[in-house]
Amino acid sequence: MTAVVSSGPAVSAGPDPHPASRPPSRTGVVRKRFEIALFTAPALVLFIGFVILPVVLAAVYSFYNLPAGFRWDNLADPDRFVGFDNYVRALSTPEFQRAIGNTFLILVMSLLIQGPLAIGIALLLNRKLRGRGVFRLLIFVPYVLAEVIAGLAWKLLLQPGGGVNAMLEACGLGFLRHNWLADPDIALWTIFLILSWKYIGFAILLMLAGLQGVPDELAEAAQIDGATWWQTQRYITLPLLAPTVRIWAFLSIIGALQVFDMVWVTVAPAVRRISTETMATYMVQQGQFGGQPGYGSAIAVILFVISLIIALVYQRLALRRDLTGAITRGVQ
Amino acid sequence: MSTMTASTGEAAARERRRFDWSQPFVYVVALAVAAVAIGPVLYVFVGGFRTTADLNANPAGLPDPWVFTNWITVATSPRFWGNVTASLILAGSTTVGVVIAGLMAAFVIARYNFRGREGLYTLFAAGLMFPLTVAALPLTLLLRTMGLHGTYLGVIIPGIAFALPTTIIILVPFLRAIPDELEEAARIDGATRVGFFWRILLPLSKPGLVTVGILAFVASWNGYLLPLLVISTGTLPQEWWPLPLGVTQFSTQYSQDTGAVLAYTSLAMIPAMVFFLLAEKRIVGGLTGAVKG
Repeated sequence: MTAVVSSGPAVSAGPDPHPASRPPSRTGVVRKRFEIALFTAPALVLFIGFVILPVVLAAVYSFYNLPAGFRWDNLADPDRFVGFDNYVRALSTPEFQRAIGNTFLILVMSLLIQGPLAIGIALLLNRKLRGRGVFRLLIFVPYVLAEVIAGLAWKLLLQPGGGVNAMLEACGLGFLRHNWLADPDIALWTIFLILSWKYIGFAILLMLAGLQGVPDELAEAAQIDGATWWQTQRYITLPLLAPTVRIWAFLSIIGALQVFDMVWVTVAPAVRRISTETMATYMVQQGQFGGQPGYGSAIAVILFVISLIIALVYQRLALRRDLTGAITRGVQ
Repeated sequence: MSTMTASTGEAAARERRRFDWSQPFVYVVALAVAAVAIGPVLYVFVGGFRTTADLNANPAGLPDPWVFTNWITVATSPRFWGNVTASLILAGSTTVGVVIAGLMAAFVIARYNFRGREGLYTLFAAGLMFPLTVAALPLTLLLRTMGLHGTYLGVIIPGIAFALPTTIIILVPFLRAIPDELEEAARIDGATRVGFFWRILLPLSKPGLVTVGILAFVASWNGYLLPLLVISTGTLPQEWWPLPLGVTQFSTQYSQDTGAVLAYTSLAMIPAMVFFLLAEKRIVGGLTGAVKG
C-alpha cells in the first residue's frame, strides 16, 4: 500500500539496472549493441509500422477527399487536397454532433451509475461468504463474452416478441413492454443497460481486489472505537479504495469513448443513424462502408484528440499518484 | 467455518457475531447480482433447445418439447468449426507473436543499460493512447497495399502490434524484479547475457508471460472491428471467418430461425467461457496492472 500513495512520473523505465558493472571491452560493446538491436527490432518494426504509422496516416488522409478505391497517388493529386474541410464538415454535421453527444452520454452515465453500483456491491460482498468463488466466476461471465456475441444474445432477448417483454408480461408489468432496440427514443438507454450488464462484473471484481488491499486492522480499530458499519466504510475503506476507483474510472472512460461493437451489431443501421450513433460507429460507417476514407480519417483524428486530451488531463489530475505503485503491484 | 479448531474457536465466534445480522441480506444481494449476470446467458443456452415455433409462442417459457436438433445441427456443421478454427488460429498466432516480440523488447529495456532506454519504454507506453479504433481505417488501406487485406495475417500482425504496449509495460517490471545477483552468479558461472535470458530469466518470468499471453488471447479472440474491416470485406469464404464475424453473419442469414441462432450463439460462447473462467484471476490482475501502468 505504501507504493500506491507514493508519487512518480507517469512513465518511467526506472533506475539504472546495472550501476557501474563490467569493464567495457571493444567486442563487448559491439556485441551488446548488436543484441539490443536484434532484440528490439521485431517489436519496434511492428509497433511503428502498424500502430504509429496508421495513426499518422489518418492525420494525412484527413486533409484529402479520397475515393473508396483509394490509391497512393490520390495523395499527390492537388484537387483532392481539401485542407480542414473534412473537419469543418464533421463538426457541423448534426449526425456527428449527435454521435459525440451519445458517446459522452454513455461515458458520463457509466461513471455515475456503474461506479457507485459496483462500489456498493463490492463493499457488501467484501466479507467471508460461502460460495464466494462461484459468485466471482458468475459475475465474470458477461465480461468474458465477446461484445458481439453478448450483443447478439441481447438482441434476441429484446426483440418485440422476445424473452424480456414476455417476462415483463408474466410479472404483470406488461405496460413496460417496448421495442427496446428499435425505438429511437430508448435505444440508446437500452445500449447503456446492456453495456452496464457486460462491464459491471469486471468493475465489482476490480473493487473487490482493491478492498483486499485495505488492511482489516483499520476497520477493526474503528469498530472498537464505536464506529458503525457505514461509518467504517465511509471514513476508512472508501478513501483507501480511491486508487482503485480512479483506475476503474480511467478504464471506463477510455472504453466508453470507443464503443463500437455493441452498437454496431444490436441496432439496425436506420435506427442507429437517428438515435444511437457513436463516434466509432460513425467513423466506420462513413470511412469504410460509406466510401469516404478521407472524411472517416478526420473523424478518427477527432476521436483520437478527444481521447488523448481526456486521458492526459485525467492522468494529471487523478491518476498521477497511483502510477508508480500500480506498475509494480499489477505484475505480482 | 464449521471446521474451526478449538484454538481459533473464539475468533470464529467473534466473527460470527460480527457478521450475523447482515448475512442473509448480503446473500440476497449476491444472488440477485449473479442472477442478473448469468440469466441472459442461461436464456440463450436453454433457448437453443427449443423449436422456433415454441419460442415464438411462449418466449419466456422452458423448452416444450426439448429438442436437440439445433445444437446437433450447429455442432456438426463445418461452418461452426471453421469459425472456431479461424479464431483459434488468429488468437493463437497473435498470442505467440506478441509474447515473443514483447518479451525480447522488454528484456532489453529491463536488463540492458544504454542511451535511449527510457525513450524506448516511453514510446511503447505511449502506445496505450493509440487505440485500434483510431488506426482502423488507414490500417485497412495499408493492408490492402501490402496485399494482406482479406487474409489472417492482416488481422494477426496488427493484433500483435496493438498488444505490444500492454505486454511490454507488464513485462518490464517483472524482468527487472529479478535480482542482479542472479545475473552476476550466472556470469561467473560462464553464462552470456543471452544465456542468462534463456536459462534463468525465462523460467522465472513465466507467471508474467502467462498473464500477458492471456490478455492478448482475450483481446484477439473477442476482437470484432479488425476482422470486420479486414476479413469480412475480403474474399475469404464465411466458413473461415473468426467466430465474432461468423456468429453475426449466421444471425443475419438465419434471422427467422431463432432457435438455430440461439444454439449457434451459445456454442460460440462456450470456448471463451471455459478458457476465461479458468483464467479469471489473471485477467483481472493483468488488466488492473496494465491499465495502472
